[in-house]
Amino acid sequence: MTPQLDKKLLLQAYSTMRRIRDFEERVHLEFATGEIPGFVHLYAGEEASATGVIMHLGKEDYVASTHRGHGHCIAKGMQLRTMMAEIYGKKTGICGGKGGSMHVADLDLGMMGANGIVGGGGPLICGAALAAKVKKTNNVAVCFFGDGGSNQGTILESLNLASIWQLPAIFVAENNGYAEATSSRWSVATGNIADRGAAFGMPSAIVDGHDFFAVYEAAGEAVKRARSGGGPSLLEVKVNRYFGHFEGDQQTYRGPDEVKKLRETRDCLVLFRQKVTNQGELTNEELDQIDNEVKAEVAEAVDFAKGSPKPEAADLLTDVYVAYA
Amino acid sequence: MARKISFKQAINEAIAQEMGRDETVIAMGEDNVGGMGGDGEKDAWGGVLGVTKGLYGKYGDRIMDTPISESAFIGAAIGAAVCGLRPVAELMFVDFMGVCFDQIFNQAAKFRYMFGGKAVTPVVIRTMIGAGFRAAAQHSQCLYSLFTHIPGLKCVIPSSPYDAKGLLIQSIRDNDPVIFFEHKLLYGLESDVPEESYAIPFGEANVIREGDDVTIVAIGRMVHVAQQAADDLAKEGIQTEVIDPRTTSPLDVDTILDSVANTGRLVIVDESHPRCNVGTDIAALVGQKAFGDLKAPVTIVSAPHVPVPFSDSLEDLYIPSPARVKAVTKEVLEYSK
Repeated sequence: MTPQLDKKLLLQAYSTMRRIRDFEERVHLEFATGEIPGFVHLYAGEEASATGVIMHLGKEDYVASTHRGHGHCIAKGMQLRTMMAEIYGKKTGICGGKGGSMHVADLDLGMMGANGIVGGGGPLICGAALAAKVKKTNNVAVCFFGDGGSNQGTILESLNLASIWQLPAIFVAENNGYAEATSSRWSVATGNIADRGAAFGMPSAIVDGHDFFAVYEAAGEAVKRARSGGGPSLLEVKVNRYFGHFEGDQQTYRGPDEVKKLRETRDCLVLFRQKVTNQGELTNEELDQIDNEVKAEVAEAVDFAKGSPKPEAADLLTDVYVAYA
Repeated sequence: MARKISFKQAINEAIAQEMGRDETVIAMGEDNVGGMGGDGEKDAWGGVLGVTKGLYGKYGDRIMDTPISESAFIGAAIGAAVCGLRPVAELMFVDFMGVCFDQIFNQAAKFRYMFGGKAVTPVVIRTMIGAGFRAAAQHSQCLYSLFTHIPGLKCVIPSSPYDAKGLLIQSIRDNDPVIFFEHKLLYGLESDVPEESYAIPFGEANVIREGDDVTIVAIGRMVHVAQQAADDLAKEGIQTEVIDPRTTSPLDVDTILDSVANTGRLVIVDESHPRCNVGTDIAALVGQKAFGDLKAPVTIVSAPHVPVPFSDSLEDLYIPSPARVKAVTKEVLEYSK
């Protein structure tokens, strides 16, 4: 079953996935030059998850992300140039260079941040959903977490709290197979993270995270349930990452051709293109045009980041408190 | 109109008045209503020691019971704060911070800085501190030093019903995350408290008693211990200045330095463990900024470097007493270079 999307939404979906992919591929290349400081965790390979979920959300809906957060940020509408500048630690970055890759956030867009603490977003999203419920705004809140995060107490507690408070929340477990270097086949006791939904009285589903349409459909049901007062849902997106846990990870824990095979057979952008062109919904030319536009946008973002100044000494001490006597 | 009410009632009144004034104020915690889901009465407890009793009748669902799930509900209070509410969450005992500290010090405290100054997180976390209740090692600590250490948090430690009300109202109105420490032995203490709403600014110490011979800075319940010692010393003709910082972050350093400039002698009374506590912090500040004023070493009276014991014979030794404060203060007064 393919959900019906009009041409505008199909173009938007492809464009978002392409922007995430090219952004991440470029960060990968630039990181290798040594110019990008710190820890960087790339989302390439998982684009259909962020895109398929967040396309159901508006600016007023909240998203809490993970250390692997660039994709969620882009899908939520953040600009590539201010994100790139943040990753480079520049003053023009969305957080003024004070957050970096692991803390990219824009509360004006409902983006509550990437998060350096695995499982850190679960309680926060309960709070965002509680605020929506108390204020009767009809907004929803989405917590992305990984297979690693699925074993954190914060996530398990949050599933319970969201359920007993009947919060408008959606918990999206992006199971990319590895928590750092440890396989989720070993670390997740139930095998499927979605199986835990039953333990918390919560509807759950497993979805192929390489298939944008599958994610979009399942997420749509969960968002609809949350908006209509039906409470929280748990969605497990089975997906894969193309790069290591962090940049520089040699990934010796993975099979020798694992990523190569995934790229050849399970790539969400390739599968999307095949489907929409086979069905005559979009043409290769239309998609190629997006590819070219995104290439230029990413190049501009890198130029902007590289050309931007670093924060100044005076910036060290600002932004700690709203006011401090 | 002021009338005598207890420390506990003052806290209840502060929350009630702010909930009445601002509908974005909500309150939550374990048994804060008490009785949710059972067949008996709702609002059965109003918190484990009854501090929030009666709020449910006034404000209904804006005061919420939570499961015993501190990471989830403390984090939810923080998440709700960054999304436009002003939650007052109760972490029953500060000793339980071990199960939810990440949400406080890695999330709430850091949002504003990490996000480039965009986040506003007006959350209050009320929590019980202190020994003397025979509650043993996991329900009796004074861990405010750990929170004072963290940039992005504000730390409030009231010592009287008047301060409890005014400081809690300020905490709820404040736009930064505030940890509000309530000493469990103070809940029954009564004093004059105005009925009307009022806020006491942070970072303004209260000079409880003026004196020219020696300065005592005391935190929380230790203010009362220091006062008793000062009363005894007065009988011997020694005039003690007693200062209650009221907030340890921000800290009113100037009032302490001004007093030390006058007396030249400083004793700090802090119920927490002796290493890296608020007392050592103040001692360091005074050593750095007022070395020339000092006529004697800055001396700290604190609990020993042991967990809080259970047996009353041991716990009474553990807590700084007026007699100890008096003896130490006299040593400081007798010191000559």
